Amino acid sequence: MAAKHRWGMAVDIDKCTGCEACVTACHAENNIPTVGAGQAARGRAMHWIRVERYYEGDFPDVRVKFRPVLCQQCDNAPCEAVCPTYAAHQSEDGLNAQVYNRCIGTRYCANACMYNVRFFNFFNPEWPKPLQLQLNPDVSIREVGVMEKCTFCVQRIKAAKTEAKKENRELVDGALQPACAQACPTSAIVFGDLNDPESRVARLMKSPRGTKLLEDLGAEPKITYLQKQPWHESDSY
Amino acid sequence: MNRTATKYIADDLVRPLFQSSVWFYAIVLAAGSVVACGAAAWTYQIWNGIGVAGIRWPVFWAFYLVNFVFWIGISHAGTLISAILRLVDAEWRRPVTRCAEVITVFALMIGAMFPIIHLGRPWLAFWMFPYPSSREIWPNFRSPLAWDFFAINTYLTGSVLFLFLPMIPDLALVRDRSTGWRRKLYGALSFGWRGTTKQWNRLESAMQIMAIAILPVAVSVHTIVSFDFSMANVPMWHSTIFGPYFVAGAIFSGIAALIIAMAVLRKFLHLEKYLLPYHFENLGKLLLLMSVLWAYFVFNERLTTWYGNEPSEMAVFWATQRGRFAGFYWTMVTCNFVIPFIILSINRTRTIAGCVIASFAVLIGMWLERFLIIVPGLATKQLPYSWGNYGPRPVEMTIMAATFAAMILLYTLFSKFVPIISIWELKAGLPSRLDKATLTEASLMSTRLDELGPMPPEGQRP
Repeated sequence: MAAKHRWGMAVDIDKCTGCEACVTACHAENNIPTVGAGQAARGRAMHWIRVERYYEGDFPDVRVKFRPVLCQQCDNAPCEAVCPTYAAHQSEDGLNAQVYNRCIGTRYCANACMYNVRFFNFFNPEWPKPLQLQLNPDVSIREVGVMEKCTFCVQRIKAAKTEAKKENRELVDGALQPACAQACPTSAIVFGDLNDPESRVARLMKSPRGTKLLEDLGAEPKITYLQKQPWHESDSY
Repeated sequence: MNRTATKYIADDLVRPLFQSSVWFYAIVLAAGSVVACGAAAWTYQIWNGIGVAGIRWPVFWAFYLVNFVFWIGISHAGTLISAILRLVDAEWRRPVTRCAEVITVFALMIGAMFPIIHLGRPWLAFWMFPYPSSREIWPNFRSPLAWDFFAINTYLTGSVLFLFLPMIPDLALVRDRSTGWRRKLYGALSFGWRGTTKQWNRLESAMQIMAIAILPVAVSVHTIVSFDFSMANVPMWHSTIFGPYFVAGAIFSGIAALIIAMAVLRKFLHLEKYLLPYHFENLGKLLLLMSVLWAYFVFNERLTTWYGNEPSEMAVFWATQRGRFAGFYWTMVTCNFVIPFIILSINRTRTIAGCVIASFAVLIGMWLERFLIIVPGLATKQLPYSWGNYGPRPVEMTIMAATFAAMILLYTLFSKFVPIISIWELKAGLPSRLDKATLTEASLMSTRLDELGPMPPEGQRP
C-alpha cells in the first residue's frame, strides 16, 4: 500500500537573500549543538541546513547566488544502503530517517552522501548554562559518535498528524512547516505533501524553473530548486 | 649424511625456542611499550570522543581506514603466496611458507581492529554480528561494511587453520624435546600427533583442501575491502577497477612485508643457512612483477579518468596529480614503481639488501596509495562549497605506530614459541633434493648442508 504522505520541499533560489534565518531556526528547533570557534575551524560545525554561496561573473560585475542545502530526502538514498545497522533508513512517508540509538558511528552514510548534509557528533554536545533550558523538549539530544541530519522537522510532522487524527480531519497544506520554512522571510522555502496534487509544493515541483541538485547521480532527491534558467525567454514563470 | 642433516635442522630450528638473546627482551620491551601507548591513546579517544582524531566534515574516513586497508593488504603476504607456492609445488617455498602465513594471521588481526577503533561508538560494535535479538534487527546485508565483516572473519578463520595445520608436526617435535609446562602446552597444541601414516595422509589432504579453499577467499577479501569505496558514489572511488587493483596492491605490499620479515628473522635468529639469497631473489622477482602490475593498474585508473573528463572526478584527479596531494602522489609513484623497478630489474642490485630497500619503499608507497584513494575523494566531493581538507592528529599517529609495534611484538613472540621455519617440510624436501642434485636449488641447499660441519654436542641440545 502506498504511503499516505510523501514529504517534499521546493526552495526558490531567486527569492533567497542568504540571510541564514533558516540556519538559526533549525539550530533552535532541533537542538543542534554549536561546537565553538576552535572545533568549527577543525570542520566539526553542524548545520543541518547551510546556505551555499556561488559567485557568477568577473569583478566588478559579480552576482552571488545563495543555495540553501539540506538533506534532499532522496527516494534512492545512497546513505541508507551503506549503513550496516539500519540506523539510516527510509520512513513510510519517504523521509530518510536516522535512528540515533541504532547508530554505531561508521560514518559511511556521510561519505556516501553526495550533498554532504550529514553531521557527526565528534564529542558529547554541551550547552553553557543556562542555555540548556532553551532546548526543545520534543527533540532528543544526540550523544557522541552518532550521525545526525535534517529530519524535515519530523517532530512537527508527528505532532500535526496526531492533532489532525484527534480532530478527525485531514492535514491542511501549509499549516505544517519545518522550522526553516517558517523562519524564511521571503517564503523561499515551501514544504508540503507531494502526494497531494493540489499542495503548493506539488505545484512548484512542476515549475519549468525547477531543477534538482546533482540530479544526474540518480539519488532521486525530493527537494526542487526553483531558479530562472538562462534558457527561459520570458519572465512569465 | 642425510640423517645428520635432518637432525641438525631440527636442533638448529628449535634452538630459538629455548634460548633467548638479549635482543628478544629488548624488542619485546620496546614494541610492548609502543603498543601500550597505542592502547592508552585508544582509551583516551573512547573517553573523550572520536573528535580527538583529525577526521572532520567532509573527510569522515581517514587514517584509521587507511591503516585498515593497509594491514588487510599486508595480510595477503602469507596465505595467498604460500597457498600458490604449495599448489604449484615450488620447492623453494619450504623455508618461506610459515613466516608468510604468520604475517597473514597477525596482519588480519591488526587490520580488523581498525573498523572498531574508528567507530563513533565502538562499544556497540557487536551490532555487526547477526545474532538473534528481541528487537529482531539483523545487520543490513546491503551494506559493504557487513560484507567486510563476513569476508574478514572468513579469511581470518581460514588463515588461522592454514597456519595451524602444518604447525602440528613441528609442535609435536617441540613437545618431544621439552619437559614441564612446555611439554603440556605443546602436547595440547599438537593434538596427540604421533606421526603415523594415517595422520600424515590426513594432514596432507587437509592442507590441500585449505590451500585450494583459501585462494578464492583471499582474492574476495580484498575485493570486498575495495567495495567499501567503489560502492559509494564518491569521485574517484566509484570505479570498476578497484577490485583487481586492490588485490594486486595487497599482494604487492604483502610480498614486501614478507621480504622484510624474512630479512629480520635471518639476521636475528641466524637463519642464514635456510633463508638463502636465492629465496630473496625469487621473492624480489615476484615483487618486481607486482610493481609492474601495480603501475599498469594506476596508469589504467588515471588514464580512463582523465579521458572521461568528468568534472567532479577531474577535481580529485588534479588535486592528486598536481594539486595539494601531488607531493604524496609522486612519492607513491617513486616508491612503488621507480625504486623497486630499478633495484629489482638489475641482477647486481637484486641482493638481500636491495630487496629489503625496495620492500621498505613499497610499504611506504602502498600506505600512501591507500591514503590517496581515501582522502582526496572525500575532500573533493561533488559540491565545491563543501570541499575540505584533512590532517592527522597525535592520537591517530600513536595508534598507527602502535599497530606496527604490535606486528613486531606478535611476530617476535610467535618465533619464540613456534619454529618459524617449518622443520618437517624442510626435512621432507631434503631427500628429493639430494637425489636430484642437478637442480640448482638442491645443489645450493646440499652444499650448504655439507658445510654445516659436525652436529652440536649432546649437551648443547635442548
